[in-house]
Amino acid sequence: MTPLLEVRNLVKEFTRSQGLFSAPSVVRAVDVVSFSIAEGETFGLVGESGSGKTTTGRCILRLIEPTAGEVRFKGEDVLAFSRARMRAARRDMQIVFQDPYSSLNPRMRAGDIVEEPLIIHRTGRKVERRARVAELFELVGLDPTQLARYPHQFSGGQRQRIGLARALALNPSLVIADEPVSALDVSVQAQVINLLMDLQERLKLTYLFIAHDLRLVRHICDRVAVMYLGKIVETGPTESLFAAPAHPYTRALLSAIPIPDPAVPRQRIVLDPASFDRTAPLREVSSGHHAAV
Amino acid sequence: MPERAPLLTVEHLTTGFQVRDGFVPAVIDVSFHVSAGDTLCIVGESGSGKSVTALSIMRLVEPPGRIAEGRIIFNGHDLLTVSEREMQAIRGAQIALIFQEPMTALNPVFTIGNQIEETLRVHGRATRRTAPQQAIDLLAAVSIPEPQKRVRDYPHQLSGGMRQRALIAMSLACEPSLVIADEPTTALDVTIQAQILELLRDLQQRMGLALLLITHDLGVVAEMADRVAVMYAGRIVEEAPVRALFDDPKHPYTRGLMGSIPGGAPGTRLRAIQGTVPPLGALPPGCAFAPRCPERFDPCPKAPPGTTDFGGGRGVKCYLHGPAVEPQVAPPAPVERV
Ligand SMILES: Nc1ncnc2c1ncn2[C@@H]1O[C@H](COP(=O)(O)OP(=O)(O)OP(=O)(O)O)[C@@H](O)[C@H]1O
Ligand SMILES: Nc1ncnc2c1ncn2[C@@H]1O[C@H](COP(=O)(O)OP(=O)(O)O)[C@@H](O)[C@H]1O
Ligand code: SF4
Ligand SMILES: [Mg+2]
Ligand SMILES: [Mg+2]
Repeated sequence: MTPLLEVRNLVKEFTRSQGLFSAPSVVRAVDVVSFSIAEGETFGLVGESGSGKTTTGRCILRLIEPTAGEVRFKGEDVLAFSRARMRAARRDMQIVFQDPYSSLNPRMRAGDIVEEPLIIHRTGRKVERRARVAELFELVGLDPTQLARYPHQFSGGQRQRIGLARALALNPSLVIADEPVSALDVSVQAQVINLLMDLQERLKLTYLFIAHDLRLVRHICDRVAVMYLGKIVETGPTESLFAAPAHPYTRALLSAIPIPDPAVPRQRIVLDPASFDRTAPLREVSSGHHAAV
Repeated sequence: MPERAPLLTVEHLTTGFQVRDGFVPAVIDVSFHVSAGDTLCIVGESGSGKSVTALSIMRLVEPPGRIAEGRIIFNGHDLLTVSEREMQAIRGAQIALIFQEPMTALNPVFTIGNQIEETLRVHGRATRRTAPQQAIDLLAAVSIPEPQKRVRDYPHQLSGGMRQRALIAMSLACEPSLVIADEPTTALDVTIQAQILELLRDLQQRMGLALLLITHDLGVVAEMADRVAVMYAGRIVEEAPVRALFDDPKHPYTRGLMGSIPGGAPGTRLRAIQGTVPPLGALPPGCAFAPRCPERFDPCPKAPPGTTDFGGGRGVKCYLHGPAVEPQVAPPAPVERV
């Protein structure tokens, strides 16, 4: 079966000018990354800040242009799409951002924010669109009588629901969720996570889930990839990766998770960057579980 | 651990903000204590009043905010009555405050070394001659690699974790006896968070610090705390030794927080708390948690519950555990949201 999304040897370089007289430096934010996601799956991308997770997500949607590599969505080569074809494809691939405060236009009413993608993609007549917006509000647990409110009149969790309703407006099959709950309060995080799981079941969504919180990733992802300095150093089924991490970076990362149980002492593993070869290719360590060791 | 005489005792602290329609409390009748060598964690969601509590202890609440009531006894002195001069001597020298975002607490135009040396000199802990070496030693003490090189770095040249270490080094320059750390790791990656927490624990053991650690992460609480105070909407709603709290959380909010942590069988729904934290100035009249509480019953929305004392340092404000109605200090009447 062809995967819904397939990323092959993706590279993204940024050049940074270093002042007038020195040559600009090149940062490889994404350094030859490959993975694929099957339909209906939740695939987690984890790693420390700056490891290239967001950049990977943005390249897939061509919000920024990759330097090299291949992105295939439903078998088609996304990077070869014309602008018009890309715009159409975006109906089917949506992104939800980390920050519910800055990702919504503060001057637009919540209902209009959710309706906007329908207008851009010329979907339905006015009445149909308004009905769809009300339906989306209910879908994500917002009160449809609050359509006319502005973003600042909603709480963080509600704003994240508005972002989600907007992302779902065009019935996408893939949702890239970039740290969708990390800006939210713990109690509200749980509400939004439950909602994401409910929506996946009801709408048969596929998620690329970018996150810092490994407890969360373990809870909701079917498979995980661990990024370190632009590369995937380990990937596999969540259970197998958490139970038997093979890469030193993964081990260090997992050992750093604070355990909410004072009776369990933590055994922290400190990463020694000299202890592994950064150029080692991924190899299979158990069924479907690969590590660069 | 045997309880020593508390180094810091906060009694009936109420701090709030003057708004158009009156005084709105952000911290309501809060009491707790911390002893040398002891770690008290204050845990709560954003807006629950944790930072305002920390700022109150340091007397750094600025107008329109003010401390309306209470006593803050540190080392036998009531900090709310000492002169500003005395307070300045206490700040930094005896009580250090470490913030969530190290960048705002460091001055971008001076090197890390300059800033540590300055702190040492201001408090008479070093001379112009001895300060540079002491600064290097302090950076070494917080495990910054190549400290003799790093002292000459500016804050922006350090990674987030190193900045937080540098700030901790600076905070410890004068060997304070109490450290208040307000979400010191919230902006950091888990691996760096683990290092910083380990550093704090290690320094605490070596120096016998009293540590008041503010966090919203129950994982951090489980690792660090001796005792825990759970804050909700300005009040401490439950206080307990850490094991007791995790073994048997008594307040429905504490239980809700624990249920919200991802865990259990993968893919199962989390036990989320419904609704959201009430905004400041729009507290419901009775128990502030009532609108979200799955166990709410008759008395809950009428008046705020008082503390039921279980002994052994356990207390909880909830009608499920006793009939107590909050004594004397009724909070100022809630005002309309602006
Ligand atoms: N527009 C840009 N110009 C230059 N460098 C960039 C740009 N965007 C990202 N980078 C760099 O690319 C690297 C990867 O960044 P990215 O945002 O993908 O990290 P991330 O894994 O999402 O981190 P976080 O967990 O902090 O969100 C970083 O070194 C970052 O500084
Ligand atoms: N300078 C201020 N002016 C008005 N309200 C404030 C100010 N500082 C804090 N508050 C309010 O006080 C309440 C408690 O805030 P804070 O102590 O910062 O919460 P926490 O640290 O627990 O997230 C919040 O509702 C916040 O909006
Ligand atoms: S007092 Fe009532 S509403 Fe408040 S936490 Fe207890 S049971 Fe719930
Ligand atoms: Mg990112
Ligand atoms: Mg705070």
